[in-house]
Amino acid sequence: MAKMTLEQLRAFREGKRQELEKRNVEGKDIQVIVGMGTCGIAAGAKLTFDAIVAALEKHNMADKVVVRQTGCMGLCYVEPTVEVVMPGMPPVIYGKMTSDVAEELVVKHLVEHSLLDNHIFDRPAVDIVAH
Amino acid sequence: MAYKNFILVCGGTACESSHSEEIYRNLIKEAEALGVSRDVQVVKTGCFGFCEKGPIVKVLPSESFYVEVKPEDAHEIIAEQVVKGREVTRLLYRKDKKSDTAKLEDIEFYQKQFRIVLRNCGVINPESIDEYIARDGYKALEKALFEMAPEEIIAEVKASGLRGRGGAGFPTGLKWEAARKSPGDVKYIVCNADEGDPGAYMDRSTIEGDPHSILEAMVIAGRAVGANFGYIYIRAEYPLAIERLKIAIAQAKEYGLLGKDILGSGFDFDIEIRLGAGAFVCGEETALLQSIEGKRGMPRPKPPFPAVKGLWGKPTVINNVETLANIPVVLTRGAQWFAAIGTEKSKGTKVFALTGKINNSGLIEVPMGTTLREIIFDIGGGIKGGRKFKGVQTGGPSGGIIVEKDLDTPISYESLTALGSMMGSGGMIVMSEDDCVVDVSKFYMAFCVDESCGKCAPCRIGTKQMYGLLDKISKGQGEEADLDKLEQIGRAMTKASLCMLGGSAANPTLSTLRHFRAEYLEHIRDKKCRAGKCKDLVVYEIDPAKCIGCGLCARRCPVPCITGEKKKPHVIDGSKCIKCGECYTACKFGAVIKR
Repeated sequence: MAKMTLEQLRAFREGKRQELEKRNVEGKDIQVIVGMGTCGIAAGAKLTFDAIVAALEKHNMADKVVVRQTGCMGLCYVEPTVEVVMPGMPPVIYGKMTSDVAEELVVKHLVEHSLLDNHIFDRPAVDIVAH
Repeated sequence: MAYKNFILVCGGTACESSHSEEIYRNLIKEAEALGVSRDVQVVKTGCFGFCEKGPIVKVLPSESFYVEVKPEDAHEIIAEQVVKGREVTRLLYRKDKKSDTAKLEDIEFYQKQFRIVLRNCGVINPESIDEYIARDGYKALEKALFEMAPEEIIAEVKASGLRGRGGAGFPTGLKWEAARKSPGDVKYIVCNADEGDPGAYMDRSTIEGDPHSILEAMVIAGRAVGANFGYIYIRAEYPLAIERLKIAIAQAKEYGLLGKDILGSGFDFDIEIRLGAGAFVCGEETALLQSIEGKRGMPRPKPPFPAVKGLWGKPTVINNVETLANIPVVLTRGAQWFAAIGTEKSKGTKVFALTGKINNSGLIEVPMGTTLREIIFDIGGGIKGGRKFKGVQTGGPSGGIIVEKDLDTPISYESLTALGSMMGSGGMIVMSEDDCVVDVSKFYMAFCVDESCGKCAPCRIGTKQMYGLLDKISKGQGEEADLDKLEQIGRAMTKASLCMLGGSAANPTLSTLRHFRAEYLEHIRDKKCRAGKCKDLVVYEIDPAKCIGCGLCARRCPVPCITGEKKKPHVIDGSKCIKCGECYTACKFGAVIKR
């Protein structure tokens, strides 16, 4: 993209904001978001990321799901962390998501629409930007 | 098949001990009994961090937050909420008896964290400028370039009460004002990302999770003080943070948010990254500037302050990562909004890296004025393994230990200093009864000996001498007079050192001496380390009554110095033992004794 002017930036922000919200609310996309700060990566987030991608392929979900990365969610004691946002399901943050749990996540949460035992944690604070 | 409701039952240690397992089973039973087990899934979760009100049960998607739930409440939750779709109001959390029950919008009542600096961390993709922009990114920059005069920006930052998050807490607005008023055409903005305290990773995580917030703040700072160039000084051992900064800078340039004529405003600003080699002293601002100039990183006396005479002799603003990350929010939400958070003199929030003997270690952000007890027991979930709390070290090697009786002090720059510690950059290391104060002080002093730049005598000689005395005490060779010597040298270093590295290096020792003098004396008089950390004072033995002769300790012993026949009590040969503690951790029967 070329350099923007003020008006272009404002229009661009509005467009992107709607895109982001639409994804979250109407949920045309399923998003699997992996916490990939140094802490997450040290705890195996890269392996988890790869394992999720592989599991999505295996269960023919790859075209419906975006696997994304984000920074540290702050839950260092349960890294790696993964957030799942999808239609018909409450957004959930999973902790202790090592690569061996990746397939269980895809099958249970994405395919069967149920939550995983002993892996759910809370987002640590309210979002001041959305409020 | 799709569930309509999800009931989350906290399976954290604290809730589990108050019958959460039984609640979980009852909920499943009730769902079956009422024929709704296809509509609701009952799930066990991790700790919600609100243990004082446990057991906690949360129902999704309605976000009903139930506290102090009893096993017999299961029927009502299923019958009301799942069958009839009504909340069980009597179980909902309320702040106090008078207030209405809390729902989603009141979540901050129970969530003690408040995220300004970390607003985008763990939310956006840090490698996507689009997502940053979508969440109000570069909106503050718009304001700074088109709606506010530089003086107005400075006035806003001053009014917000924001103070430097690197440790000393100097008001950011005043720093900017001083740089603006300093004469000169060329001025610089420097971001201090040389985070080096043991156990601290706030700045790294902020950059890794939200690099654009730093870039945006630097451009705003440049506009405010009249600078057109900025440096980010970051240590080379943070490769991922550097990589993400590079991506962010390239993206911002492509969009015209960095570089010449930003957004058509006529204002130019560019940023370059400078890598540090990891010297702790380069976190000190004058040493940092020397390092950027390509010289050896050593501090110089102040004044002149960098705002007057900084990088290459030009007026320079140096702000820490966390300070900068606050700036865009101060402008978009306004100084008033920001100043309403925190205490009278310490505004906004503080990020802490909570580590050590704590259940829920993590990167946390709390409003100033939160107490240490809330941080350690409500957010941190208490001490690991149910051990007893001993103290918490704030400010890393520059801070001091804070003990049980002071845990209810609301956190602010002043209150922590009054307790003999300091805010520091935000490392927070929790210690339990298994930690030895002599060992901890010795560790921090060893760090300061390594990191002292050697320019001034008090720090160069003082740290070395104090380390020598602490080492002597930890080996059981100390004398009582050594404690007075430690205090004497410590006081001299605090007063006479050139920079804060030496000026605060004695803090861990002085504060532990104040609170735990008896433990130091135990090491000296009784040659005893009650935590069993000072190797030379520990003796390992096997209790013949408890030993079943499994031989596990003998197999783990690296020397080896444990002998014994199978199924008969084993013996440790004390003359050969290196006190590694392998046998102690290996024994499943508690037969290895540490004295």
